[in-house]
Amino acid sequence: MKLVIPSIHYLAILPILIFFGVALALVLASALARGKVPLAVATSSVVLAGVATIVVTYFQWRCVSRSGASTTIAHAIVLDDFSIVASAVIALSVIMTALVAHDWAVRERVSGVEFHILALAASSGALLMTQANDLIVIFLGLEILSIGLYVLVAFDRHRSKSSEAALKYFLLGGFASAIFIYGAALVYGATGSTNLTSISYFLGSNVLLRPGLLYAGGALLLVGFAFKIAAVPFHLWSPDVYEGAPTPVTGLMASIVKVGAFAALLRVLISALGTQLDTWRPILWILIVLTTVVGASVALVQRNVKRMLAYSSINHAGFILLGVWAGTIRGTAATLFYVITYAPIVVATFAIVTLIGGVGDEHHSIERYQGLARRQPWLGGALAILLLSQLGAPLTTGFYAKFAVLASVVDAGGGALALIALISAAIAAFFYLRWAMALYSDDHLDAARVRVPLATGLVIGFGVAVTIVFGVWPGPLATLAQHATVLFTP
Amino acid sequence: MNVPAAWYLVLAALLFGIGAFGLLTRRSALIMFMCIELMLNAVNLTFVTFARTLSDISGQAIVFFVMVVAAAEVTVGLGIVVSVFRRRSSTSVDELSEMKG
Repeated sequence: MKLVIPSIHYLAILPILIFFGVALALVLASALARGKVPLAVATSSVVLAGVATIVVTYFQWRCVSRSGASTTIAHAIVLDDFSIVASAVIALSVIMTALVAHDWAVRERVSGVEFHILALAASSGALLMTQANDLIVIFLGLEILSIGLYVLVAFDRHRSKSSEAALKYFLLGGFASAIFIYGAALVYGATGSTNLTSISYFLGSNVLLRPGLLYAGGALLLVGFAFKIAAVPFHLWSPDVYEGAPTPVTGLMASIVKVGAFAALLRVLISALGTQLDTWRPILWILIVLTTVVGASVALVQRNVKRMLAYSSINHAGFILLGVWAGTIRGTAATLFYVITYAPIVVATFAIVTLIGGVGDEHHSIERYQGLARRQPWLGGALAILLLSQLGAPLTTGFYAKFAVLASVVDAGGGALALIALISAAIAAFFYLRWAMALYSDDHLDAARVRVPLATGLVIGFGVAVTIVFGVWPGPLATLAQHATVLFTP
Repeated sequence: MNVPAAWYLVLAALLFGIGAFGLLTRRSALIMFMCIELMLNAVNLTFVTFARTLSDISGQAIVFFVMVVAAAEVTVGLGIVVSVFRRRSSTSVDELSEMKG
């Protein structure tokens, strides 16, 4: 018997190779170096890896526009515009997180390069998810991402909340992964393959007489995804984990997990199970209604800003699901636009929360924010803009993102769904505005000023700039998202 | 004697169910952890059974991936359990109640 080695298109997997390679190089360096590898070296390697990845995505983009989307490594990895844009956003989020984490590590006296190694390794899983064209590859990406994040959540050994959150995240995350892979097994049994293209081809050319196995498998896959994106009723881990994790890690989780998981979800639902649209739509409908409404209403009663942002991100997950529900090209574009604009905003928001949290990462009650914008107009103003963008105020990217998903849903005949989501956005507006008002209140004018280190300042500035520039002028990003929606379909 | 494939599938579903039930009802982190492993092994059995009925080798190859992932999860999971245990001298998840809301 002859062993056939599949051909490998190295440009397609270069971003993953860069991320994982730099992580390995840092592990080796810290093992071999005499003494400790300085934190600045680690931070700059992460930033370099991120920049290199963004440069690589440019060449990938040219390659795809020249010769079209393609698959490689026995059709398990796909290179298309969608994966390229998602990879670039993940790289950007990792750069921003590394800079915030650098200042955080200096403040908390965390030495060593482990944080950056884990962040890089976890993000390589997210990159893999954006390019996966096989249920097993999605599972592997999901696990690389999650296992890295379990350790990152437990990273702060001085706070018991951190390891407590890690244990919760680990147990529920492991549960979700087991459910996901069982779903993959059932789909494999029903269709004879785990490859998304083959599944789609099989379902397109055969009529299943007994579709029970496929439905059960698809439902389990959906539950696994719902856990990862924290959709209600599978969200219970999220507030505790957001609160317990070190704040820079929370920012990373909120951004790259969403990008990776939604990219994979779109591929599974649209390119593999697109023929079953009428079956999964009602399930998604219920999921969206619960997610948007519960996320927004429970956020109202939170006093801890990290928990509040956790529920806000649940609400956002519901909105992003709207684009998936639409199941059209327009919906896919809207989903992608939402994800790529949400990632920098949420990382920048958590950068500010990291600063206000102070030494020990403990001060996260909303009272801490009273009068912030009067004491420090730039910092407070930046936070106010980021919050307005999350709320979906006009002239910020959040407005166009919400508008695009809602328009795609109305287009696909989901008027009632769009209305419910809109009501939840109105509820959510209340707590964003309450927080923004607190920033400008007259209380605590004499409280201590927060020092803004250079790297974190850059990240916040970048997040605000993206929000405003592309909020006023969403054309280029929208075109990019439009362009990147041609998923690789057989 | 040939055992029908469906029996293996039912056995796997039962194992998966036992794992899921145990995870939701037991309070010790270590037992919950074992339940996750049980669920993953039920998945392996399902994959092997389908690989046999479909005469497709890839289902068997997938089992190795799942095993590696399970091993990686054990490594990290036990580390987290140990770090919680050091602080509280207990692995019961009922005591993990510092955060609420």
